Amino acid sequence: MSAYGAVISARFRMHLQYRAAALAGLGTQLFWGLIRIFIFAAFFRSSDSPQPMTYPQVVTYIWLSQALMRLIPWYAGDPDVRAAIRTGSVAYELLRPVDLYWTWFVRIIGATLAETALRAIPMFIVAGLFLGLQAPPSWPSAGAWALAMIGVVLLGGAMVTLLSITMMWTISGEGVTYIAPTLAIVFSGMIVPLPFFPDWAQPVLNALPFRGLIDIPFRLYMGHLSSREALPMFAQQMAWTIALVALGRLLLARGTRRLVVQGG
Amino acid sequence: MPHIVVRNLVKTFRVAERDPGMWGAVRGLVRRRYRTVRALGGISFSVEAGELVGYIGPNGAGKSTTVKVLSGILVPDSGRCEVLGRVPWRERIPLVRQIGVVFGQRTQLWWDLPVVESFHLLRAIYRVPETEHARTRDELIALLDLAPLLDVPVRQLSLGQRMRCDLAAALLHSPSLLFLDEPTIGLDAVSKLAVRDFVRLLNRERGVTVILTTHDMDDIEALCTRVIVIGEGRLLSDGTLDDLRRRVTTERWLIVDLLDDDEEVSDPQASVISREGSRVCLRFHPEQVPPAALIARITAKHAIRDLFVENPPIEEIIARMYRGAAP
Repeated sequence: MSAYGAVISARFRMHLQYRAAALAGLGTQLFWGLIRIFIFAAFFRSSDSPQPMTYPQVVTYIWLSQALMRLIPWYAGDPDVRAAIRTGSVAYELLRPVDLYWTWFVRIIGATLAETALRAIPMFIVAGLFLGLQAPPSWPSAGAWALAMIGVVLLGGAMVTLLSITMMWTISGEGVTYIAPTLAIVFSGMIVPLPFFPDWAQPVLNALPFRGLIDIPFRLYMGHLSSREALPMFAQQMAWTIALVALGRLLLARGTRRLVVQGG
Repeated sequence: MPHIVVRNLVKTFRVAERDPGMWGAVRGLVRRRYRTVRALGGISFSVEAGELVGYIGPNGAGKSTTVKVLSGILVPDSGRCEVLGRVPWRERIPLVRQIGVVFGQRTQLWWDLPVVESFHLLRAIYRVPETEHARTRDELIALLDLAPLLDVPVRQLSLGQRMRCDLAAALLHSPSLLFLDEPTIGLDAVSKLAVRDFVRLLNRERGVTVILTTHDMDDIEALCTRVIVIGEGRLLSDGTLDDLRRRVTTERWLIVDLLDDDEEVSDPQASVISREGSRVCLRFHPEQVPPAALIARITAKHAIRDLFVENPPIEEIIARMYRGAAP
């Protein structure tokens, strides 16, 4: 097992201890999913004009987002990193013979994967059997989705790590923590699928990195984006990932130079 | 080859300042004032392989800052520094592979995992070969008596137990240089002794170079052959404990247990510094008055149950040195 593998596995096992939280989360997410579906049901009933997605597609989209919501950066910045910077135990992280950036990067991925596995699997079962979550229309769509999900994990990891690094300046990270998830939730298509946004907003939404978190993988899943687009979409996710990783590493190098270890 | 070479090391921190009270807090939002704190103001020393050096100073003297610079965590403003032949902040990753660090106030173990899992993860992080790891680990478990603690999650350990586990964790990759930053802080007497015995064994038998920062002078007296004292970021003294004593004062203390509790004791060439019940403590300078003469005078004048001469305790020496350094 490599050093980074060890970091992932430690984080994964730690999160598996929080089974009760995962169960409670499942209940909450089922409830919110139903509310979101009721809102869209009312919307579809009140409008005759053609919509960019069909009602069953929207239902599937909502259940996917409820199942996989932990993959998007809800908490801007890894809470463990925030604690390490606040309390000064970041000193110990610098004592390990590993690159600090990749340690933080793989650790948040370990956490998101564990949280997602705990919540997504039961959600897929419940929503698939009883609540109208449909399977991908074809094997190529399923494959395109799987590829895009790899992109989601990497892109999300790069975003959270970048936000974690900004805490080296703000210490508590409170400000960024409130702003960044809001941007991510709205512009990823978590609340309202991006095709429902006005036409003039589409070029902007398509250029932003947040789209790679929800819009790309979910529309590939439903075949709303054709599986032929899988590679260009993955390339877009990767381009943003690389840019965010580069920016994060640059900031971290500057941050460690001006590091002050809190608490002596 | 010296393990550590430090020349003119300077490290400053910028601290945001704020006026007290609500108005100060509001004004702080608009305009920040910064004050520069000089944690290290040009420190120089070197440490040879196999030494056990006490690194002491009052709170805020710059002890921990030094340890953090030497272990590659902090980048200094200026000065030269080599640890095991490497510049710590430029070659952090290869360096930390060869050193061990324990901060008494923190733990490097995974809080929610059993101790043994932390050891396992550290093996992977330091890429220690399995057989070598097993040997070092079993040795440390035996020496520090960790067997009953291995399956306990770290958060459930007592401070003394945790410190023993932390010591083991810092040594799993067999470092040749160990930094201990207040390893006995908050420990009870038994745990302190266990830590001291272990550090002594590590240094004397394994030849591990140890830099020990502490506020516990018993640690220093029990372990260190050499003591570096710093205050306000400057080196105040560097040498053996005896050197340190001689530099600060040559005085001796004469402690007398009187038969009569109320008797006053005085002598023209010694001064009373404390009195507890029938025990009187006198301070004198051996070059002014030979101890034998003083003792003869005192025993002639007073009825005495017991008496002895000793060096002032190291706390007293250090306290005087700190006071002398203060502006």
